[in-house]
Amino acid sequence: MKIFLRFAPEINQEPHISEVILETGAKLNINRASVDAVSGEVVVDVPDEKSDEVIKLFRSRGVDVSVLEHPVILYEDECVKCGACISVCYIKALSFKDDWTIALDDKSCNQCGACIMACPHGALEFS
Amino acid sequence: MAEKTVQEINQKIKDGSVRVVTAEHMTDIVDELGPKDAAREVDVVTTGTFGAMCSSGAFLNFGHSDPPIKMQKVWMNDVEAYAGLAAVDVYIGATQLSESRGMEYGGGHVIEDLVARKSIQTRAVAYGTDCYPRKNIETTIMIDDLNQATMLNPRNAYQRYNVATNSSDRTLYTYMDTLLPNCGNATYSGAGVLSPLYNDPYFETIGVGSKIFLCGAPGYIIGEGTQHEPQNGLGTLMVTGNLKDMNTEFLRGATFYGYGTTLYVGLGIPIPILNEQIAKKTGISDADIITNVLDYSYPRRTRPTLRKVSYEELKSGVIELDGKEVRTSSVSSFFMARKVASTLKHWIESGEFTISQPIEKLPNDTIFRPMKQTDKTPLVKEVMSKNVTTIRKGKSIEDASKLIMKGQFTHLPVISEDDKLVGIVTAWDISKAVAKSRYDKLDKTMTRRVITATLDEPIEVTARKLEKYNISALPVIDENSKVIGIITSDDISKLIAKRKGIVTTSNPKTKKVKGRT
Repeated sequence: MKIFLRFAPEINQEPHISEVILETGAKLNINRASVDAVSGEVVVDVPDEKSDEVIKLFRSRGVDVSVLEHPVILYEDECVKCGACISVCYIKALSFKDDWTIALDDKSCNQCGACIMACPHGALEFS
Repeated sequence: MAEKTVQEINQKIKDGSVRVVTAEHMTDIVDELGPKDAAREVDVVTTGTFGAMCSSGAFLNFGHSDPPIKMQKVWMNDVEAYAGLAAVDVYIGATQLSESRGMEYGGGHVIEDLVARKSIQTRAVAYGTDCYPRKNIETTIMIDDLNQATMLNPRNAYQRYNVATNSSDRTLYTYMDTLLPNCGNATYSGAGVLSPLYNDPYFETIGVGSKIFLCGAPGYIIGEGTQHEPQNGLGTLMVTGNLKDMNTEFLRGATFYGYGTTLYVGLGIPIPILNEQIAKKTGISDADIITNVLDYSYPRRTRPTLRKVSYEELKSGVIELDGKEVRTSSVSSFFMARKVASTLKHWIESGEFTISQPIEKLPNDTIFRPMKQTDKTPLVKEVMSKNVTTIRKGKSIEDASKLIMKGQFTHLPVISEDDKLVGIVTAWDISKAVAKSRYDKLDKTMTRRVITATLDEPIEVTARKLEKYNISALPVIDENSKVIGIITSDDISKLIAKRKGIVTTSNPKTKKVKGRT
């Protein structure tokens, strides 16, 4: 499961992720991170069986947690099914279905945003 | 041998007995029955393609205002339309960018919005004449307010297209979309098996006057497209159709990030199966259509071909390049190409669309020549400074600062023991290191991913790099990564100033200077 963590400036400098890993033993995988003096935003992949525990712990430490069910939204009406999004997706979350429409695998997408930039018709957006 | 005429096929269309299949289906039929029986079984093969076709646009006529205006410059939703025609005629081209929104919105989007029957903010300026006194106008226009809205595309339906990849270490943003570094992906365009021109490569049935499917409406081929080069599998068509009858499903404005805007055009051509030979050609498959994989990191007219590849391989999603598996994706839509071919099939089967006999053949022998350039492009080797100071990797910040002071320059390439370029430090990097009281080795301060130039690179390419990466100098390296010179934005500015000077003095009216250098 992917979760999106938002760190407020006042807790930005603390090692929350390390401590959550040590405490829960969950193997967290950081997919994407943007941290500066003002804020921190991190997308983390959490093993499903540990997700409740991990989310609870982050929240108790003051981290804003949201579950990324649909990291990127594909608007079918805007999509021309060209496939420009497919080969820029380095984790292969996008592919052609048998009928040459586009399949987006929510589970593996880590919101890198490459597909959004590559889409010629504005059919993809961050949720 | 079974021979049919277009008239006979049209009679069948009228009486409802016509047998139509798409080019994709025809491949199986020819494979199974052979061309002779396939020609007997099938009357018409429909083709289709749906891709970004930059050379597209529309002529629009606004009618006259009161008092009348001779529109000299016209903007539609802030996108300029060409007005160098009669008073109220313009041509809106797909790649013209919005003056306020830039690449996000352009002529292709205006055309889509017109077809979607949206209101378009339209304004024009003029110089005023006795017959057209008005000097400016602002209005909102919908497509039905126009007298004519005629799509006219100088180059559509490329028979095939080159595949794009990028061997450099940086992402490129091209008309073939985003190309990841180190050949991280490859993009292609074209419908392969459904390609209209691959199904009739010698223009035996397709020609001037052929009625076609254009963006959801009937359209016509009016001649060879620009850059038409059928002998290399690069035939193209010039086509027209009534924009008012078109459908946004088959026509979409688009933006390729970092490149600009374009128009997705859905185009389909019916091929009457008049005989066995024509049937055989429509039996073409993706495996038979071969195209070139080009390295787009080379910003020159002739890009290196890395290999040849079939559309079958491209459509598998992965091709091999130098032993590495590279993901492919198309920038045209095969889903929509199928939809074009199947919609055209329905039109013919329902009797509403007949086959037209071309009134003239398309040429088979034209070639696509490069631009004649009268101006010699200066190369890096003619402009660069050969006198370049370098520094070894292990040296200190202090050593570097001394060299910079002594040499009166700002960029110092860092080289390894075997003289290869490994980094660069600038006077600014050194000031920053000193300000932070970091006097240690250069390694920690230098930039490792150095943008470089080569001897035979035209300076326009170098200038683009300086601009893109917002830097002011590039080390010039040879094939062994050895630094052989340096070129700065100053060198280029001076050259441009000098060239402008030459142009002024060599103006034929003044005739002060003989010839040019």
